[in-house]
Amino acid sequence: MSKPAIIDQLTKGLKRENPVFVLLLGLCPVLGVTSTAINGLGMGLATTFVLIMSNVVISLIKNLIPAKVRIPSFIVVIASFVTVVDLLMAGYLPALHEQLGLFIPLIVVNCIVLGRAEAFASRNALLPSLIDGVGMGVGFTYALVLLGGIRELLGSYSLFGLKLLPGDGLLVFVLAPGAFIALGFIIGFFEWRKSLTSHHKKAA
Amino acid sequence: MAAPKSNFLNLILALGSVTLLSAFSLGYVYEWILEPIAIAKKEKQLRAINAVVEFDNDPIEESFEVVKGQKRHRHSKGQEPAQENGTEALVFYPAKLQQTLTGYAVKSYSDQGYSGRIEIMVGFEMDGKIREVQVLSHRETPGLGSKITAPDFLDQFKDEYPDQFDLRVTKDGGKVDGISGATISSRAVGEAIQTAYDNLKAMKNE
Repeated sequence: MSKPAIIDQLTKGLKRENPVFVLLLGLCPVLGVTSTAINGLGMGLATTFVLIMSNVVISLIKNLIPAKVRIPSFIVVIASFVTVVDLLMAGYLPALHEQLGLFIPLIVVNCIVLGRAEAFASRNALLPSLIDGVGMGVGFTYALVLLGGIRELLGSYSLFGLKLLPGDGLLVFVLAPGAFIALGFIIGFFEWRKSLTSHHKKAA
Repeated sequence: MAAPKSNFLNLILALGSVTLLSAFSLGYVYEWILEPIAIAKKEKQLRAINAVVEFDNDPIEESFEVVKGQKRHRHSKGQEPAQENGTEALVFYPAKLQQTLTGYAVKSYSDQGYSGRIEIMVGFEMDGKIREVQVLSHRETPGLGSKITAPDFLDQFKDEYPDQFDLRVTKDGGKVDGISGATISSRAVGEAIQTAYDNLKAMKNE
């Protein structure tokens, strides 16, 4: 694998194939936990861990699994890693674990994880799958922190728990509707930028 | 190398070994993580107790349960309190300084919150004076009911005697200055403190 290809794999999750803003995958936890930047970061890192580990294991066992039980086997692998994350967080990050609550076990059904397993790890070797997991995880984490940061900033005038302005903020951004509004604007921004670059290409 | 054929035996073998391996590794992690989880839980409890009373004993070790004013021994410390006819026991943590009982931290609750149970920890002195109130867990609306955790709201209970300080909200004729827009949540906190106090009094009169 050439160097540019590796870098491309790593950064595709940030912009071109961002799981949240471009692929629109796994939006349930995205909308649910991003009331603060810290929550977004915690959720993003937990999902990244699961993505990397499941991608690695699935790329290793892909040749041993008959096609018909492919999906159930992948789900078992993913569910195991999610349980591991859940237990580790309960032991070492109890405060964050309580904040994220049900959303940690729900990583199992996050379509990004199974999506990458099925679309990438089950067809590629160990190293590319690992890098794909890192890239997608970073993209997902970045999206969650961005959305969480915006909601925290507008909803409680603070960032990463640090109070920036006095006052209560706009309540709507702390609640679920604010998540939809903020996400809508971010997706709009991404689409707008995409349209700009494609125009450029046409002009050139 | 091509994937094995999808015949019946292969399917069972593949899925069986994947689940078996997963089960073993999960079991291993679980065994290994039990202790850190227990420590984290205990620390959290101690922090909550520490926030409402002063002590130099081990309040968790000496804790006991009270149901409807009846004192009962705790069979499994650190476990969920027992239930009796739908009334869940309150947990009393005795606070001692140099072997002298100076007060109690009481874990109380109310199911009258806006969205379910609100759990609190109240510190009482021996004469029934409230030292401090902390909210342990709640599911109230963020930005509205969630303000019950703020010192602005909780500090009004400090140094009050529930005998003289009516723990109902002002709207109901009490003395609790409720949070605007979150009367139900404020009412529930007052009720939880009242429950704790009633049980404390009943237990003492025993």
